[in-house]
Amino acid sequence: MLTNFINAYSSMNIVYLLEGLAITIFVSVISIIGSYIIGAILGIIRYIKIKYVSAIVGFVIDLIRNLPLLLIIFFVYFGLPNIGLKPSSVWATIISMIIFESAMLAEIVRSGILAVDWGQMEGARANGLTYSQAMWHIMLPQAMKKMIPAIVSQFISLIKDTSLATIIVLPDVMHNAQIVYGQNTNYIIPMFLMLAVMYFVVCYALSLLSRYLEKRMA
Amino acid sequence: MISIFANYGPDLLLGLGRTLLCSVIALFFSLIIGSMFAIFETTPIKFLRVIARIYIEVFRNIPLLVITMFFYVVIPLTFAKVDGFTAGTIGLTLYTSAFIAETVRSGIQSVNSGQMEGARANGMTFWQSMRLIILPQAYRYVIPPLGNQFINLVKNSSVLAFVAGFDLMYQGNVIASNSLDTINTYMAVGVLYLVITMPLSYYMRHLEKKLA
Amino acid sequence: MKKIIRYIGVMATLCAALVVLTSCGAKPLSEQNVLNNAKSTNTITWGVKADTKLFGLMNIKDNEIQGFEVDVAKALTKQILGPKGKAKFVQVTSQTRIPLLTNGNIDGIIATMTITKEREKQVDFSNSYFDAGQSLLVKKGSPIRNVQDLNKAGTTVLGVVGSNSVENIGKYAPKAKVLQLSDYAQALTALKSGQGDALTTDNGILFGMAIENPGYEVVGGSFTNEPYGIAINKGQTQFKGSINQALKHIEKTGEYNKILYKWFGNVQGFNYGEAKR
Repeated sequence: MLTNFINAYSSMNIVYLLEGLAITIFVSVISIIGSYIIGAILGIIRYIKIKYVSAIVGFVIDLIRNLPLLLIIFFVYFGLPNIGLKPSSVWATIISMIIFESAMLAEIVRSGILAVDWGQMEGARANGLTYSQAMWHIMLPQAMKKMIPAIVSQFISLIKDTSLATIIVLPDVMHNAQIVYGQNTNYIIPMFLMLAVMYFVVCYALSLLSRYLEKRMA
Repeated sequence: MISIFANYGPDLLLGLGRTLLCSVIALFFSLIIGSMFAIFETTPIKFLRVIARIYIEVFRNIPLLVITMFFYVVIPLTFAKVDGFTAGTIGLTLYTSAFIAETVRSGIQSVNSGQMEGARANGMTFWQSMRLIILPQAYRYVIPPLGNQFINLVKNSSVLAFVAGFDLMYQGNVIASNSLDTINTYMAVGVLYLVITMPLSYYMRHLEKKLA
Repeated sequence: MKKIIRYIGVMATLCAALVVLTSCGAKPLSEQNVLNNAKSTNTITWGVKADTKLFGLMNIKDNEIQGFEVDVAKALTKQILGPKGKAKFVQVTSQTRIPLLTNGNIDGIIATMTITKEREKQVDFSNSYFDAGQSLLVKKGSPIRNVQDLNKAGTTVLGVVGSNSVENIGKYAPKAKVLQLSDYAQALTALKSGQGDALTTDNGILFGMAIENPGYEVVGGSFTNEPYGIAINKGQTQFKGSINQALKHIEKTGEYNKILYKWFGNVQGFNYGEAKR
């Protein structure tokens, strides 16, 4: 058993896993940035209730966030070629992640704004601020503070969900671990343990950041 | 897609039932365990806070598949035999409870701390004020993110497919490999997931309106 | 009530949208001639496994897929396109191989795919390039010696999703319960933790596992014939013809045997003399 661990953690295998981890982080960071921006916009659109637009946006958000991510990855990877785009597995994953996570974030942003006392808006308007000024300077900063834990939880899910893209052969850390234990089936438990450690380090760093932000904004 | 339903309907329904069963069990227990650790994290007792912190950080930052595989392959080597469905349900419960704990904690903390002080000043114990004053308000804040977590839970139950738990995704994999019609199979599977998640998200929205 | 109607409406719209999407997704590639395309680009793209020992396995050192099937594909490419022809390899999984083929990302699948009637409804197969047989892997000292021993209620057999060996168990041992895991390593690990009594798949793969795990042995001989074929899109008769011709040629020149010996010559329990052509 112990020799399995020693052999499985050869420097070559670890480097190979780290290469995969780099892909995981790359895909995650781009998806986080993209979905944060799009999700915030969609959430605000949904909150401020523009006639028809908000209803349609709301319906699409509900639809997307209720679908399994795997299915969205499949759609993007095998559907886009039909309209002339052939994304690589990396970009197919990023596109799917942004589509899915924006919908999840929109819901969080909307609820965050809802949780801010409406009196604040009225107070701000009474003091002569326009609606958008009040939204931008008064409502959103407070909503942000309330939303941080939920948003960070969602981003932690996002990082781990990138592993679903192994199905379209994204060379991420999960895929590379599978390749390593394909060399020798005895490496499977050591590889799963190493996966746990690697994901933990990345995700825990994110959760520490969340704690820090929460404290600073309090 | 229609031919998939026609040819493999019973298998898909069986999978749907398993997914539903696993989700209901995991939802029930993860809500209880999650709320418990959320309260632990907001108590004045430092020991409980540390325990809760460790629990949340461990289970939320490790991939669900790893937790499930641990129960499926490591536990049977030393302790009792655990089948795929049980291993998957336990893994899913532990994993989701950590996310729920974090969500509920943020809800509790966003309730004005003056409320707790006021309740305590009126002679209520910590648990009474938590149960009667703080938690009802906290749940109102956290219903939308909690809804997200419930939907995640239903979809994450697809981890059962990795440990032969005969859930919807497992049946989907099997059907896709038998029919070789991958895209249509997974679309059928997607529609069946929507059958569970759509009512769930409408119910959460309804709850949110009712409590607001 | 209004909510329920709205819900049904949503589901109906969704189903309609999905049907529309699938129907435009089914644009056939059959109007194009894969062989001519390959000749003009001087490249054939093959879908191969990257996690299966001996057949197709990613080499971590140089990130190249190596194995028996990869070498056969290289030899076939040289035969079809001439000595300067290039073979490109794309890693496939059991879930993606067919969509990748029908979308035209790959020209052929050479990934431990057994020729079966069911599969022939969806794709065309070349002649067989390897004759595998299904066998069983059990813990040494297990009472299970052959496939008949499995045919008892309470027996659990482990297999891998997407392989037709699990279907065969349904025929040979209908009373056994079958669990399908996602890859061979996971299935073997499940066997080790007592989640099943035997692991079944093609013998070539099982021999590889038995070498790594001295506590386990292959039993029961091969109780089925599993001829592996190269899957190509329906309607590509010219391409299929040239693959079969090339295959016949490398079998005649002894190149096939050389490749077979390179990968299976030293595998314990594998009968090279019987498998060579």
